[in-house]
Amino acid sequence: MEQAHKEHPKYFKIFWILLALTVAEVVVVVLPIPKIVTALLLIGMACSKAIYVALYFMHLKFEQKTLTVIVLTPFIICVFLVFMLLPDLMAEARDDRPGKPESHAVDTSH
Amino acid sequence: MEEAATLDHSVDTYEPSLTPDSLGKLGMWLFLISDTMSFGALLAVYGAIRAAAAWVPPTAMFDINLTAFMTFLLICSSVTMVKALESIQNGNQSRMCMFLGFTILGGVIFLGLQAYEWTHLIKHGLTLTGLPEHGLDGAAISGSTLFGPTFYTITGFHGAHVTGGVIYLTCILIKGLRGNYTAEYNHKVEILGLYWHFVDLIWIMVFTFVYLL
Repeated sequence: MEQAHKEHPKYFKIFWILLALTVAEVVVVVLPIPKIVTALLLIGMACSKAIYVALYFMHLKFEQKTLTVIVLTPFIICVFLVFMLLPDLMAEARDDRPGKPESHAVDTSH
Repeated sequence: MEEAATLDHSVDTYEPSLTPDSLGKLGMWLFLISDTMSFGALLAVYGAIRAAAAWVPPTAMFDINLTAFMTFLLICSSVTMVKALESIQNGNQSRMCMFLGFTILGGVIFLGLQAYEWTHLIKHGLTLTGLPEHGLDGAAISGSTLFGPTFYTITGFHGAHVTGGVIYLTCILIKGLRGNYTAEYNHKVEILGLYWHFVDLIWIMVFTFVYLL
């Protein structure tokens, strides 16, 4: 196992992938496409970059599979966190519907 | 197989199953997992605040080319970090020190650019309580004043991690220059690498969610 670890993956290949994705991200922002498409593309590319860094630079690909499962837990919990915040967001959206100026209540409360 | 055999023999002394190498690595992974939660909470709440308020488009406020270059810098420093580990695992101490030096340089330039960016934005009027009336391109903007505090909290928290990383890198470099690490003994360099790549990974997320979206 110690011996297998010495075989390092081709890091420069990963570097070029990451660089290409970064350039693609900057380009996508200025492209005249619907905002939701831009957002989905950006999130997709960011997640791919993060996965490349974790798998190759942090060597997650070459560790025991259990470690990957352990590492994935906080990300799953973060997804839950977003859904737990959703009711708040929807409440805000409902309050906003009759009069727009009320939406600034959130700003001044700080 | 071996574990089962050990159990059958009913040893009377307890032997910890975590070796010093694997314990350190597991410790760093645990820290990174909990840190993921801190950043996850920051970004999730940022999303919630942003969705509930009128928000200035980030591209009107930030110099995206500069931050894209900062992303590029961190990716480069991740490559040099992983090259440093590869070098020491092949037993090349001086090459490891050189690559650690490059990694530190990348981190320091990143921090310098962030300081430059912050100074620029604060002078422009983006503060913890205020929002400038014009974007960087001079166009009129209006929106929630929470733009400033969320931006400074998230990028500041990440910048603190980079600062910590540069100090951590320097400590390991000093030990490396003294010849502490060899082809057989280098797990501390690997643990340092885990931290540094994590900081890079977080920046990839921050760059996307705070600057681009």
